[in-house]
Amino acid sequence: MSALKRENPRTKVFNRRAALLLGGQLGLFGVLAARMYYLQVIESEKYKVLAEENRINLRLIAPPRGRVLDRYGEVLALNELNYRVVVTPEQTGSVVQTLDVISNILSLTDGERRRIMREVARKRRFLPITIRDNLSWEEVARIAVNAQDLPGVAIDSGSSRFYPYGPDLAHLVGYVAPPSESDLTGDPLLELPDFRIGRTGIERNYDLALRGRAGNSQIEVNAAGRPIRELARLEGEPGHDVALTIDLHVQRMVARRLAQEESAAAVLMDIHTGEVLALASSPSYDTNQFSKGIPVALWNSLRTDHRKPLNNKAIDGQFAPGSTFKMITAIAALEAGVISPEQRVACRGWVELGDARFHCWKRGGHGHVDLNESIKYSCDVFFYEIARRTGIDKIAEVARRFGLGQTVGIDMPGEKAGLIPTRAWKRATIGQPWAQGETLVAGIGQGYITATPLQLAVMTARLANGGHAVIPRLTLDQINERTVTERPQQVKWPSCGVSPQILSLIQRGMRDVVNDPRGTAFKARITEPDWAMAGKTGTAQVRRITEEERRNGLRKPEQVPWRERDHALFVAYAPVDEPRYAVAVVVEHGGGGSTVAAPIARDILTEMRRRERERGDGTTRVAERPRDRPL
Amino acid sequence: MASSLSVRRGEMSILQKLTQVNWGLVLLLGIVASVGFTALYSAAGGSFEPWAGRQITRFAIGIVLMLAVAVVDLRLWYRIAYLFYGIALLLLVAVEVAGSIGMGAQRWLDLGLIQLQPSELMKVALILVLARYFHGLTYEQIGRPHYLIWPVVLTLAPAALVAKQPDLGSAIMLVAPAGVTFFLAGVRLWKFVVVIAGAAAALPIGWQFLREYQKQRVYTFLNPETDPLGTGYHIIQSKIALGSGGIWGKGYMQGTQSQLQFLPEKQTDFIFTMFSEEMGFVGGLVLIALYILVIVYGIAIALRSRSDFGRLVAMGIMTSFFIYAFINMGMVMGLLPVVGIPLPLVSYGGTAMMSLLIAFGLVINVYVHRDVHIGRRGLADDG
Repeated sequence: MSALKRENPRTKVFNRRAALLLGGQLGLFGVLAARMYYLQVIESEKYKVLAEENRINLRLIAPPRGRVLDRYGEVLALNELNYRVVVTPEQTGSVVQTLDVISNILSLTDGERRRIMREVARKRRFLPITIRDNLSWEEVARIAVNAQDLPGVAIDSGSSRFYPYGPDLAHLVGYVAPPSESDLTGDPLLELPDFRIGRTGIERNYDLALRGRAGNSQIEVNAAGRPIRELARLEGEPGHDVALTIDLHVQRMVARRLAQEESAAAVLMDIHTGEVLALASSPSYDTNQFSKGIPVALWNSLRTDHRKPLNNKAIDGQFAPGSTFKMITAIAALEAGVISPEQRVACRGWVELGDARFHCWKRGGHGHVDLNESIKYSCDVFFYEIARRTGIDKIAEVARRFGLGQTVGIDMPGEKAGLIPTRAWKRATIGQPWAQGETLVAGIGQGYITATPLQLAVMTARLANGGHAVIPRLTLDQINERTVTERPQQVKWPSCGVSPQILSLIQRGMRDVVNDPRGTAFKARITEPDWAMAGKTGTAQVRRITEEERRNGLRKPEQVPWRERDHALFVAYAPVDEPRYAVAVVVEHGGGGSTVAAPIARDILTEMRRRERERGDGTTRVAERPRDRPL
Repeated sequence: MASSLSVRRGEMSILQKLTQVNWGLVLLLGIVASVGFTALYSAAGGSFEPWAGRQITRFAIGIVLMLAVAVVDLRLWYRIAYLFYGIALLLLVAVEVAGSIGMGAQRWLDLGLIQLQPSELMKVALILVLARYFHGLTYEQIGRPHYLIWPVVLTLAPAALVAKQPDLGSAIMLVAPAGVTFFLAGVRLWKFVVVIAGAAAALPIGWQFLREYQKQRVYTFLNPETDPLGTGYHIIQSKIALGSGGIWGKGYMQGTQSQLQFLPEKQTDFIFTMFSEEMGFVGGLVLIALYILVIVYGIAIALRSRSDFGRLVAMGIMTSFFIYAFINMGMVMGLLPVVGIPLPLVSYGGTAMMSLLIAFGLVINVYVHRDVHIGRRGLADDG
């Protein structure tokens, strides 16, 4: 009976269908296994990559920017800690919403929001974007409290550039600023929110060395983007410190001395090594305002100021050198053999050439003067005459040998070349033949001729060092792109090709300018023993004085509008017997070279002497610099 | 008339029944559950808190409940099938009326101490009540359509309530085993063809009744990459986790996708993903093999039973078990849309674990009472 029951149709159907179901289930499990095989074996590599992309976040570690030091290790530019709030677009659902929330805390302006959204569009999504810099502690605390409503927002401590002596070294050290789009070279470092690129001066010239190399850190993150642990770290390279040849104390003194004038520039350099000890331009500005983001109004006022505070006039101001150029004319004449040292020229206050009359600065003239006297008194007529005899092309050739008419190659951006005219130059650029009158004017450093204060300092250095073509420089070390190596101690400069006899004639003239009671700069002489200076005054007209004006009598400087006043120039070196330093001072529209510029040069050289004493009586040379500067 | 053995089995003492329990199946369930414990331990980053510890406790309680269910006389379950079903249906209605709102779906009944999910009860109750109904029919009666009206009502009433909650997963888990019970009971194949064809025709209409998020899940299933940060995120991350596990896996507690929270719901619906990420293709196959073993075991028990009731109950439950496992794994592998169905015995979750073990208690019960005879018209009829 039980057997009969087992054989009933229901049981048969049940067993058959149960077997069918089991088969179906096994088949479906087989499908699952096949799917797993596909995902985990065949496609595994693809998914492994995706999983790694999920979890690994590559973060750049910004290297600290190198410092800028003076020759004795005084810090001229360093990094200061500041707090900022950043947002990482890939970690926040909507940047716009996040900014809305943060606006309640920081009250962002429309301009700020536009800048942030521009950066969001421009940068890679995993890179944080600065919302605001230089937060106060209170703001930091308020953002931290609201952290859970601000996904992808973080407080970051970064560094900003600080210049302890701001305006005193503004043009020299320069400043840093956020990279503009044209700066983006693909170096991801440039896209970091706190990254600053050197914009001017040393900061710009040695930007690569100062910048260092970015390190990176592979961070494992979870789904919320929260870092879990560091997987690997590639240490970056901190930026190199750049040690300048500048002596901070002298530099500050120079900057302050120039700041007393409306607009001026000065360069002080070692005539043997080319090391620049001070280089300043006035008026100046505070570079710290650039690293923190300069207010627009201040920027505009700096930009439109007619005294051009943003320009480094020591290297980009091109002035007629005036009488400071006379040494070049004299050398050219002596080399050309058109005059002997003893030969005299009669000066009656003017000389005529064709219809034109060329005046000496001294009404009534100097009488019969020889070379030495003509330099001493700065007699214009003498130089008109020897220039006429020498010819412009020879004068230009000598000028170029002394560094004029071309950039001298200082390691700083923005240097101008000045202008030394030749016949060929005039034909090519103006399209007219050279007029002889122009040679006369050129002989006293006027007309087309222009030079920068730096060029004048170099010219003076080459006159003082025995005719060696010294090239000025600003760094103690040899810096090439990113590598910093020690500079070879002894540099052999090529010769300017001037005979010692000629040079000593010129040097004697320059000595007498300052030290002879009848010299134009006698009042500005240095009385300190062993530190007498030699020099040459220059007063460059910025506009032509008409015959009518001459007849009516020249106006006093105070009566002339500032822009029409003469430039005051003075070049000098010291000590006179065993020269070491050359200085060039230009006071724009300052008036007379002897009364305005020469005292400044004197003060600079005197300060240099004081510094030498302070640091060990005249032995201050390159070797004294401590080798193991702290990083 | 019945064999003396079957009578004696029916009159066995509790101790005697315990010796008859299929301990091999119990051990197998323990192994599968242990896979779950270790996975939950890993999911918590190497801690019994908050999941693995509680899951072990629940499993222990569940095993006791399972054995209790197993030793109750099978005929008692037969007798109370309608009562059980009635209570479950009432609770479902109660959820509909007074259920607390959670996750946009009314599924829970807060009984103070525990949260009861009536749909879980109904899954067992429906299998019992259908088994009892079909047990009472002859093969010829099953062949007549009007005998099918009542079981269809019994099935669709709770399915409709559950679907309305809305809990599509549970509705499927009610209808699918019920359909299998119809199939095993001997309902003619052409009727299935008609119903399936009808369902296919009704699909566009039924689509209108789906909630937006349910439609979205289907869309996302069809093309997860269209919405990588939205609803497609789960599937994409799950596939990345599985695939990156490779053949041998990333190692226990080394799954980057799971440990770093890229994988959502890793302790519940996506636990198979986590397990396979860490244990690889090989580990996943082992787990699937364990499920197959459980199912083969269960079906063997069903075939061994002498009563139609026992056979249908055991097969119904094993079919549920299979559907759970298949839908869950198919979902995490991106073969099926995301429906909230846990991996049986492994996923974290109290109610699911309890109802599953109670259901296995019934399967073991069928084994213990494999030779008990239940008459076609109930217990009185012993012929």
